[in-house]
Amino acid sequence: MFAFSKEAEKKIEKILKKYPEGRKRSALLPLLTLVQRQERHVNPDAMREIGRRLDLSPAYVQSVCSFYTMYSNKPVGKYLILFCINISCQLNGCDELLAHTAKKLNIEIGGTTEDMKFTLHREECLAACSGGPMMRINDTFYENLTAEKIDQILGSLD
Amino acid sequence: MTQILFHNINKKNLHTLEVYEQEGGYQGLKKAFAREPDEIVEMVKASGLRGRGGAGFPTGLKWSFLAKDVFPRYLCCNADESEPGTCKDRELLLKNPHLLIEGMILCSYACKIETGYIYLRGEFYDLCEIMEGAIEEAYAKGYLGKNILGSGFNLDIHTHLGAGAYICGEESALLNSLEGGRGEPRMKPPFPAVQGLYEKPTVINNVETLCVVPYIVNNGAEKHAAIGTEKSKGTKLVSVSGHVKKPGNYEVVMGTTVREIIYDLAGGIRDDNELKAYIPGGSSVPMVPADQVDTPYDYESLQAIGTMLGSGALIVIDHTVNVVETSLRLASFYMHESCGKCTPCREGTRWMWQLLNQIQTGQGEAAHVDKLVDICDNMSFKCFCPLGDAAVAPVISSIQKFRADYDELIEKLTANPAV
Ligand SMILES: Cc1cc2nc3c(=O)[nH]c(=O)nc-3n(C[C@H](O)[C@H](O)[C@H](O)COP(=O)(O)O)c2cc1C
Ligand code: SF4
Ligand code: FES
Repeated sequence: MFAFSKEAEKKIEKILKKYPEGRKRSALLPLLTLVQRQERHVNPDAMREIGRRLDLSPAYVQSVCSFYTMYSNKPVGKYLILFCINISCQLNGCDELLAHTAKKLNIEIGGTTEDMKFTLHREECLAACSGGPMMRINDTFYENLTAEKIDQILGSLD
Repeated sequence: MTQILFHNINKKNLHTLEVYEQEGGYQGLKKAFAREPDEIVEMVKASGLRGRGGAGFPTGLKWSFLAKDVFPRYLCCNADESEPGTCKDRELLLKNPHLLIEGMILCSYACKIETGYIYLRGEFYDLCEIMEGAIEEAYAKGYLGKNILGSGFNLDIHTHLGAGAYICGEESALLNSLEGGRGEPRMKPPFPAVQGLYEKPTVINNVETLCVVPYIVNNGAEKHAAIGTEKSKGTKLVSVSGHVKKPGNYEVVMGTTVREIIYDLAGGIRDDNELKAYIPGGSSVPMVPADQVDTPYDYESLQAIGTMLGSGALIVIDHTVNVVETSLRLASFYMHESCGKCTPCREGTRWMWQLLNQIQTGQGEAAHVDKLVDICDNMSFKCFCPLGDAAVAPVISSIQKFRADYDELIEKLTANPAV
């Protein structure tokens, strides 16, 4: 069974106040984001719970959830690495560095390490183009990457 | 050099209310409240400010299109920043959040709006927290909330995070997303100024656009209109990326040449290589060959050479690159980001990617390039929203300007498939 954490409940109270009377559907993305951050994925149980709170059918919640790439249907690792492969980063050699990262973690791009520590995704432009190659790990941006820098960053996360 | 947005951007702790006020922040409010809202709209019109999000629509004119006497009205600040190459709004949000809040207050006062949302792309979670901190400070100081500075004007500002979808930067898709729906574009008309958020009149402006407004209110429309060229007033933040020695965001006066931006500001091409091409306004605009590097960076000059200023992202490509690589990468992006609502875009982006991928992997033939041109033709102006045309621009321009790259690659790979 899914339940929001106490902290999340406090945030929900605040979130619901942002939108006008009768418009609580607007809270759908923020609530899905809370679930994704709490559980590291969004499962059908959580979607039902969100639907119950916002008076939306589970099918509707599912249809919206599936539109957005930041919600995943199976758990991602403790550290979610989004590696930008778009044009500015491509021009500065991100492909080799992404391959290096996958090799270092011993996983396929898109995969998760067995200990659930790291998930590695290929990502589209993350708005740090003049700092490319770059990656985002959880909420932190790392720019001007080199192979050594990546090794050091990965090594510093526990 | 004149700077409106970046003159103090690296000042320590500028993101705090205290330092922002020391720098003259929030002075625009009293000046605005001493005037009628309509006067502020007229001022912004006279300033010549045009939207910095991509389309370059005159900002004051947009504000004046709001449906008369229909309330409530809403302001949505577009902080979705997902056009590949673009990273300027991120720097503004990170280092100067109060400037955006002040711009939003001034816009809201001018347009009689009492609720504003900042729609941030989901990956800007860290910026959202910074923004929320700044908003809280502004409430505590009485710059937001009820009866701001005794003016009788009320305004609430809220943040709202997206969740990963390029199309949500398109204004009507942004509204659907903010209403808790799939981020699919809406039919226009009705335009957001008439029926936007919750079917109410809505102003949608880019972060940078709103950040220019305090300068206009503080210094007067004429001062702003005196900067730049005849049709492009003021300055522009340019995100320079790719093969330059000093990539970064630079604020330039409109009309500065692309050469000056690449060679003087950004330090020239890496390893002193030769410039091959540049993309002046983000991935959605046509690329330009090196021989047009003396083009002034402004709306009309870039339009005159068949491209666009777009979001202000200058992507620099040196002679080591075969453009098939970059076209393929962008085709893959647009295929991924097509929302799937309309057929020419959903199917067209997939075909473009398939053909480019075949060429890049050695299964290409000259006829594939002609087929690509054909697909571009069939998509142009036939898609439901501008994303379809955006997907066409990089591909068709790369073929028109650098057809030889395609032919050489096809020939090389067919002669020696192992390479
Ligand atoms: C596919 C697509 C993506 C867009 N992405 C953004 C974006 O990330 N940020 C932005 O400000 N405008 C974006 N726009 C432009 C908006 O639709 C809109 O024109 C703009 O936010 C209006 O603000 P402005 O007049 O201040 O530029 C995008 C447009 C399209 C078609
Ligand atoms: S052009 Fe593409 S993104 Fe726009 S509505 Fe059609 S399918 Fe969606
Ligand atoms: S292209 Fe990599 S962050 Fe923009």
